[in-house]
Amino acid sequence: MKIKEKLIHGLFLFNGLLVVFILIGIFSLLVFTAIPAFKEINIKEFLFSSNWNPTSYVKETYGIGAMLVSTIMVTAGALLLAVPIGIGAAAYLSDVASPKIREIVKPIIEILAGIPSVVIGFLGIVFVGPVISKTFGLPNGLNAVNGSILLGVMALPTIISLSEDALSSVSKTYSDASLALGATRWQTVIKVKIPAALSGVIAACMLGMGRAIGETMTVLMATGCAPAMPRSYLDSVRTMTSTIAIELGEVPYYTTHYYALFAVGLVLFIMTFCVNMTSDIILHKYQGKRV
Amino acid sequence: MNKKMITEQLGFWTLRLCVGLVGLILLLILFDIVSKGIGTISWRFLTQPPKNGMTEGGIFPAIVGTFFVTILTAVLAVPLGMGCAIYLNEYADDNIFTRIIRMSIRNLSGVPSIVYGLFGVVLFVQMMRIGTCLLASGLTLGLMTLPWTITASEEALKNVPQSYRDGALALGATKWQAIKTNVLPYSISGMLTGTILGLARAAGETAPILFTGAAFFLPFLPKSLFEQFMALPYHLYIMATQHHAIETVRPIAYATALVLIVLICSMNMFAVVLRYKLRKRKKE
Repeated sequence: MKIKEKLIHGLFLFNGLLVVFILIGIFSLLVFTAIPAFKEINIKEFLFSSNWNPTSYVKETYGIGAMLVSTIMVTAGALLLAVPIGIGAAAYLSDVASPKIREIVKPIIEILAGIPSVVIGFLGIVFVGPVISKTFGLPNGLNAVNGSILLGVMALPTIISLSEDALSSVSKTYSDASLALGATRWQTVIKVKIPAALSGVIAACMLGMGRAIGETMTVLMATGCAPAMPRSYLDSVRTMTSTIAIELGEVPYYTTHYYALFAVGLVLFIMTFCVNMTSDIILHKYQGKRV
Repeated sequence: MNKKMITEQLGFWTLRLCVGLVGLILLLILFDIVSKGIGTISWRFLTQPPKNGMTEGGIFPAIVGTFFVTILTAVLAVPLGMGCAIYLNEYADDNIFTRIIRMSIRNLSGVPSIVYGLFGVVLFVQMMRIGTCLLASGLTLGLMTLPWTITASEEALKNVPQSYRDGALALGATKWQAIKTNVLPYSISGMLTGTILGLARAAGETAPILFTGAAFFLPFLPKSLFEQFMALPYHLYIMATQHHAIETVRPIAYATALVLIVLICSMNMFAVVLRYKLRKRKKE
């Protein structure tokens, strides 16, 4: 009996540790597949040059500068849209809405979260794109603005539901004290609840940012994917994710180009990892304070 | 009405506007897809393979492919996810190992889907030599879904009152017996709810299957796990951007998007209704 219990315990322990192995596995496979690329590519050139032309007949160049800027541009644009709307919606759900309205709105957010990225990207082509091209008088609407809007929509559910969790878990004594001092509900929300939940709200926005950085299909379809350095939001951009998606299918295995794409993947992994870790640390600090 | 009240009303209406906007976005998305996709949907569209260079015919192989790959995803992600959740909620002490495991889960759920695709290419397609096929895609999607199923399953386990475990243990049951008889039966439906939500997300993913097994066009259904397959999200991507006559196939793309959304929404609805019923039962 005892042996059986020990065995079962061990089995579950192994199962638990599996996720750690997977995370380490992803990281190390990326590193090992990316390393051969730097036999031929100068790391400095890789990170700072904005010239990505792996199929050139004269001289192949591998610089991720333009993609890095593109990724940062669409992510920043997405956050600009999603953060204010997301926090506003979260504040409404946690402090203004009646339970009945909350029961209606929550499934709406869940359905929005469930819409596949490829469908959002498709709408970027057939719906948002034409609107943008008409508004700004452009030949087509596949550019950084389009990508930002779509990524903003995709980041919204994450930001709303996690910010709402943070706002709802602010101790009721805070708002009671504020109301008792004669503050209106609005003042309480803005001056007491949001500041009290700020770390949770920031963590939520950072998770939304992590999703936007790593999103592939939407930006692949809706941003036009021109590999040049973008000069404005109305330019077509090509993010790191879409570069991998476009080129990995075409390169032969075990070439410098192939390895270089894994190096891009590694940079992407490290970026999202840092964002997620920061969000995690902020959240933990805040949970510690609450106790 | 004094100034304070006016500010409050203005503020609240701004917040309402935010929520309204979110609702409006969803409505726009659904309206556009449904209104332009419904006309192409027919029994033949759902049961025939694409024809004439994918400008006619249906999407049957893509529906079947998505169905198969989602089942493979479930086979990998559901038992492993439940096992990990059981370990974390029932066995683990609050020590450094547990914290590392939890941190890994949170980070895994933040890894971009295209990076899972890269991982799948190296590990399954090349190192394990199973090639680009249904199995490689299923395994890749399974890994991606794992953190979601773990989180969902743990949530369900947390909802089982501690007294259920204590009761069994006090009667002399071993830990596993207590879990098996007094915890799992009360949490299994909650676990399934969360798991279905995770699988619905996996069914709509494209990036992880781009390079691990999804095919541009196949007139036949896959006959084994080691063959390539068509999938709804990938088919939509092809129809929206890669087809040689994009404008002619727009209706097909819309209809594919509609089928995909209906599939995923019905999986979500099923889970949401299940959860609602469970909550009600618990309250009674």
